[in-house]
Amino acid sequence: MVFHGKIVKNTLTALFAVVPFITFANFANDTVKVQPEHAPVAIHTEVAGHAEEHAPASKKDAIDAYIQHHLQDSHEFIFFSDEAEGKHYGFPLPVILVDGGLKVFSASKFEHGEKVAEVDGSYYKLHHGKIYKTDASGDLKLDAHHHPTAEKPFDMSITKNVVTMLLVSALMFFMFVGLAKSYKKGPIPTGFGRVLEPLIIFIREEVAIPNIGKDKYRKYMGFLLTVFFFIWILNLLGLTPLGTNVTGNISVTVCLALFTYLITQFSANKNYWKHIFWMPDVPVAMKIVLMPIEILGTLTKPFALLIRLFANITAGHVVMMSLIAMMFVGKNLAADMPISIGLTLFIAVIELLVAFLQAFIFTMLSSLFIGMAVQDHHHEGDHDGHHDEEPIII
Amino acid sequence: MDKLVNDFSLGLFFWQAVILVVLILLLVKFAWKPIMTSIAAREEGIANALASAEAARKEMHNLQADNQRILQEARLERDAMIKEAREIKEKMIADAKALATEQGDKMIEQAKATINSEKNAAMAELKNQVAGLSLEIAEKLLKNELSDKGAQTALVEKLLGDVKLN
Repeated sequence: MVFHGKIVKNTLTALFAVVPFITFANFANDTVKVQPEHAPVAIHTEVAGHAEEHAPASKKDAIDAYIQHHLQDSHEFIFFSDEAEGKHYGFPLPVILVDGGLKVFSASKFEHGEKVAEVDGSYYKLHHGKIYKTDASGDLKLDAHHHPTAEKPFDMSITKNVVTMLLVSALMFFMFVGLAKSYKKGPIPTGFGRVLEPLIIFIREEVAIPNIGKDKYRKYMGFLLTVFFFIWILNLLGLTPLGTNVTGNISVTVCLALFTYLITQFSANKNYWKHIFWMPDVPVAMKIVLMPIEILGTLTKPFALLIRLFANITAGHVVMMSLIAMMFVGKNLAADMPISIGLTLFIAVIELLVAFLQAFIFTMLSSLFIGMAVQDHHHEGDHDGHHDEEPIII
Repeated sequence: MDKLVNDFSLGLFFWQAVILVVLILLLVKFAWKPIMTSIAAREEGIANALASAEAARKEMHNLQADNQRILQEARLERDAMIKEAREIKEKMIADAKALATEQGDKMIEQAKATINSEKNAAMAELKNQVAGLSLEIAEKLLKNELSDKGAQTALVEKLLGDVKLN
């Protein structure tokens, strides 16, 4: 083989890193398309929640609004709705507001955003998944961009995404504690553990050790493994008809990237800071020029991380839902349905891959950043040499 | 960008942070640490087992070589022994042959000597008897002579004739 293993691996990683840009283009397109039409439609659905007469003219807009609504977090867990009767099948989730004291009430008070909720003398209204403080009339004082100018109380409700994350956390806890316990019976895990163990070894052998180094990787395995499985399971859950979109929510990706950022900064050694603030082996003028660039670089890395995950998952959801919706927009159902289903199936398979890839890339890049922060000066060269001769026992 | 900022929910961010911290801590304590330790221990066990298998294989190989060498040595020794035995046998036969020849020669020699001495003795006895006989004849002759002169002369003549005949 002429190609060195590491080169092939790096090329693959580079390709994966480029993937989001391709998908991102689609996504940006979609949002641009959705954005201007979005506000009036939303008002329309609000005003006439269950009006049938609008159906043909605004079908496309209704779908846009529906997708938009799906991408957002929600205060209730709706599995499916009956548009004709305006009925929603699901359950409301608790709302927790910090607004002059803690206010806890059920989201059913909003009646799916149609009513003003009165709690302890304050009035709240739901508008595009956000809670605004308002008066008894429910006037949100929309500005020129159709954004409400009304005050937003600090909303720390147990939303749909929080519930999903809790479920995933519980699932992960039981899965991996089960795996840990199965080692007490023998050296080889049984049952589902046989699937999980190779993944753990994969993260260790292919992600943590090559990027962070054999001596230091152990400390970060907890974070890397947790984040990998957390993102992956959430991505996969987003592909189910449950209709959750957790990793496609900017707040979630910001939090994940922030963790990587904080871990990187707090575990960074002297050498790392030296390379940021006073780059060695370059002229003084360059050192001064490089300093702000390097400082900015520490921020752009986690920023790229959070945007990549968010954009990929959001794009996947938008594309999938748009393709499904295609059959409702077209005039000939018999002709549109096979195309729509075929394309959706095709994209769904790709999304299955993307779900894994994005979790992998997030973990990979996190470990890469951590590795950059903790590596010794001449470590890279030594490490390469060392890695090649190291026997791989799986 | 405006949309991203607008979509950002501090409440969700807060819960996500809490959930992630708790999840990481719980999993590290109850899952990752025991799992990683078990995997590492197992891998070490496998590595050790492989190393000892390799060592055993080498030892086996050495042992086999040793065996081969010992066998070879034994074979050589056996060949040497057989050769030596053959030589001894041949030598013994040769020796025996030589000894027998010598003994035989000696016996023949002795026999010859005995025959010789016996012959000599016999010859001596014969001579004595001949002498005795001659004397007796002479005595008898003399006795006859003394009585008859003619007869004596005839006897002498006769005797002489006998001698001549002899």
